[in-house]
Amino acid sequence: MAQMNMLEALRDAMRTELKNDPNVFIFGEDVGHTGGVFRVTEGLQKEFGEDRVFDTPLAESAIAGMAVGMGVQGFRPIAEIQFVGFIYEALDQMFVQAARMRYRSGGRYNAPIVFRTPFGGGVKAAELHTDSLEGLALQTPGIKVIVPSNPYDAKGLMISAIRDNDPVFFMEHLNLYRAFRAEVPEGEYTVPIGKANVVREGTDVTIIAYGMMVHTAVKAADELEKNGIKAEVIDLRTLLPLDIDTIVASIQKTNRAIVVQEAQKTSGAAAEIIAQINEKAILHLEAPVLRVAGPDTVYPFAQIEDAWLPTPARIVAAAKNVLEF
Amino acid sequence: MSKLLNKVPYEVESPDVEALTILSPEGEVVNPDLMPNLSDEQLKELMYRMVFTRTWDERAVNLGRQGRLGFYAPVSGQEASMIGSEYALNKDDFICPGYRDMPQIVWHGLPLYQAFLYSRGHQHGGQIPEDVHVLMPQIIIGAQILHATGVAMAFKKKGEKRVAITYTGDGGSSEGDFYEGLNFAGAYKLPVIYTVQNNRYAITTPYEKQTAAQSIAHKALAAGIKGVQVDGMDVLAVYKAVSEAAERGRNGEGATLIELLTYRFRPHSLADDTTKYRTKDEEGEWSLKDPIIRFGKYLAKKGLWSEEDTERVKEEAKAAVNENIKKAEATEKMTVAGLIDTMFEQTPQHLEEQKSDFQ
Ligand SMILES: Cc1ncc(C[n+]2csc(CCOP(=O)(O)OP(=O)(O)O)c2C)c(N)n1
Repeated sequence: MAQMNMLEALRDAMRTELKNDPNVFIFGEDVGHTGGVFRVTEGLQKEFGEDRVFDTPLAESAIAGMAVGMGVQGFRPIAEIQFVGFIYEALDQMFVQAARMRYRSGGRYNAPIVFRTPFGGGVKAAELHTDSLEGLALQTPGIKVIVPSNPYDAKGLMISAIRDNDPVFFMEHLNLYRAFRAEVPEGEYTVPIGKANVVREGTDVTIIAYGMMVHTAVKAADELEKNGIKAEVIDLRTLLPLDIDTIVASIQKTNRAIVVQEAQKTSGAAAEIIAQINEKAILHLEAPVLRVAGPDTVYPFAQIEDAWLPTPARIVAAAKNVLEF
Repeated sequence: MSKLLNKVPYEVESPDVEALTILSPEGEVVNPDLMPNLSDEQLKELMYRMVFTRTWDERAVNLGRQGRLGFYAPVSGQEASMIGSEYALNKDDFICPGYRDMPQIVWHGLPLYQAFLYSRGHQHGGQIPEDVHVLMPQIIIGAQILHATGVAMAFKKKGEKRVAITYTGDGGSSEGDFYEGLNFAGAYKLPVIYTVQNNRYAITTPYEKQTAAQSIAHKALAAGIKGVQVDGMDVLAVYKAVSEAAERGRNGEGATLIELLTYRFRPHSLADDTTKYRTKDEEGEWSLKDPIIRFGKYLAKKGLWSEEDTERVKEEAKAAVNENIKKAEATEKMTVAGLIDTMFEQTPQHLEEQKSDFQ
C-alpha cells in the first residue's frame, strides 16, 4: 500500500478510471497542462493526452454545460470548477440541467458527471474561494453530494462517483489536500456512496460531522475524553444520500447528538440531519440536537476566519450543553 | 433582394486590426497625429504614477512573501494599461475593477492603506470613501462587466455626463457575463468602456487556447459596439484610446471595447510558477516593451525625466508603502460580532443570539 495525501489519492482515483474507461474525460480551467491550481490533476494530461484531459477557456457555465452534453452522449466527464465560489456561474447547468436530465427525458438520458470543486476554510484564501456551498446542492433534487475527510475515502468515493450514472457534486476541502498522508491501496476499490463511517466509538454523545469538521470533532472528542465523556464521532462522507441509519443506530446508544458543519447555521446540512433525526429517532433523545456551525454572515474575509470557523472548544461546549440538558 | 444578392457577401467577415501605437519601444513617436494633448506636467505625472506603481508592486510581492499581505495579484508590466486608462477619466467617472486592478482604484482615490487592508482580509479595506467612485476588486471574473453596464445605464437615465469603465483579462473575455454586458451596452447605447487587458495568460492558459476569435477587439462586432485594439505597453496610446472612448460615451455615442495588448512580468498570483507555462524567450521579448522604460526614454529625450527622477519616485513609493502597511497593520482587528452587525441594516434576533457564540 502506498502513503498518499488526499490530493494524490484523488489523482490516483482519476488515473485509475481514465485507464479503465475510455469514456472518462477531465476538463476545466488550467487542469491540463499544469494540472490545476492545486496540482490535483498533475501529470494526467501527459499520461492520457490532450484529448482526454484538457484546459478550457474561462467559462464555468460552458464547462458544466458541455459536461451535460457529453453526458447525454454517453461520456463520463469529470468537470472541475476551480474554486467553490465559481459554481454560482454554473448553477443552471449543474443544478438545473444536469440534475434534471434523467427526469426531463423520462429516463432516456442521464448526466453521469462528477463536478469537482475545492472548498473549505482555514487557509486564508481570497473571497469566494472557501465557502461551504453544499447546502445549495442539498436543496437540488437529482444531484449527489460527497465530502471526503481523508485520502482513503477520497479515492474510493471518487471512483464510485465517476462510475455513478447520476451527477455528483464532489467537494474537496482545501485544508485536507496536503494535511496528512494515509495508507491508500493501489488500483481499484470503491467506498460506497451513502455510507457513513463511525470513526470513533463512544457512549455518551454522538458528534456528526463531514469533511474537515471530522478532524475538529475528533479533537473535541479527545478533549471530552479528558473529562470522562465518551463521544462517538460519525463521518458522513456523503451528504446526499444521507446514511441516516448509522446516525440513528448511534443515537440509540448515546441518546444525545450534535451536528457540526463549517457552513452558516441556517437551513444547512445540519438542519436537515436534525430534521431526519426528529423523524426517525425522537424517542431515543434525552436532549435537543444542537448545531455547531458558522454564523449566518457572509463567509468572512481572511482576517477572522479562525474565529469564525467551528472550533473544538465550541463543540465541547455544545456537548456539555446536551449532556447537562 | 437583388441588391442583397449582388452586392452583399453571404459570409460575415472583417479585416484584421492593428494595435494603436504612439511610441515605439525605443520611445520614438511613430504616430504624431494621434499624440494626445497632454502638458509636460501631465506627462511627468503619468511617469510618476507608473514608477510608483511598479515599486509598490515589488514591495507588495515581498510583503506577501513575508505574510504581511494576503491575497495579491501582481501588476508589473501592466502599468501603462492601468495608469494610462485611469488617467483618461474624470474624477466622477466610475471604475468597476477585476481582482488585479487595484492601481486604478487607488489612483482614482482609494487610500493605499485600505488597499493593504483589503489584501489582509479586513472588511474596512472595502469601505470606499464617499467621494471615490469605484467598486472593490471583483473576485468573480466577469461580474464587474455587468456592474459597469448597470452603472452606465444609471448615468444615462440620470442624464449625467459620466462614463463607467471596467477591466477584465483575456480569460475574462470568455465568460458569459462578458458577452451579456457588451450586448446590453449595444442594445441600450450605454456610456461604458470595457477594457480587456490581454496579458496573454489566464493563470496558466495561454491566449491561443482561450479563443479562436480574430482578436478580442473583434468581439465588439457581434454586440454592435465600437471595438479597438491598443498597444497596452504604450501609455500614450492607452490614454488616447480611453479618452476617445470616454468622450464617445459622454456624447451619447455608446460603448467601446478596448483590447489592451499587454504582459504581466510576474506570476498570476503569489502562488504559481511561470516556468511551467512560459518561456524565457517570450518573457525577454516582452520586457523589451516595458512601458516604464519606453515612456522614460521618450520623456528623457524631451528633457522631462532622468534616472534621478526614477530613483526619487522609488524612494517616495517605498516610504509610502511602508507608512501605509504600518497603518493597515495598526488598524483594529475585525471581530465576528462586528461582522454579524454588517449583515443587515438592523441585526435580526437570530443573529443577535449567534453573537454569544463568539464572545
Ligand atoms: C468566475 C471565476 N472563475 C474562475 C476564477 C479563478 N481565476 C482567477 S484569475 C483566473 C484567470 C484570469 O485570467 P485573465 O482574465 O486573463 O486575467 P489575468 O489574471 O491574466 O489578468 C482564474 C481562472 C475566478 N476568480 N472567477
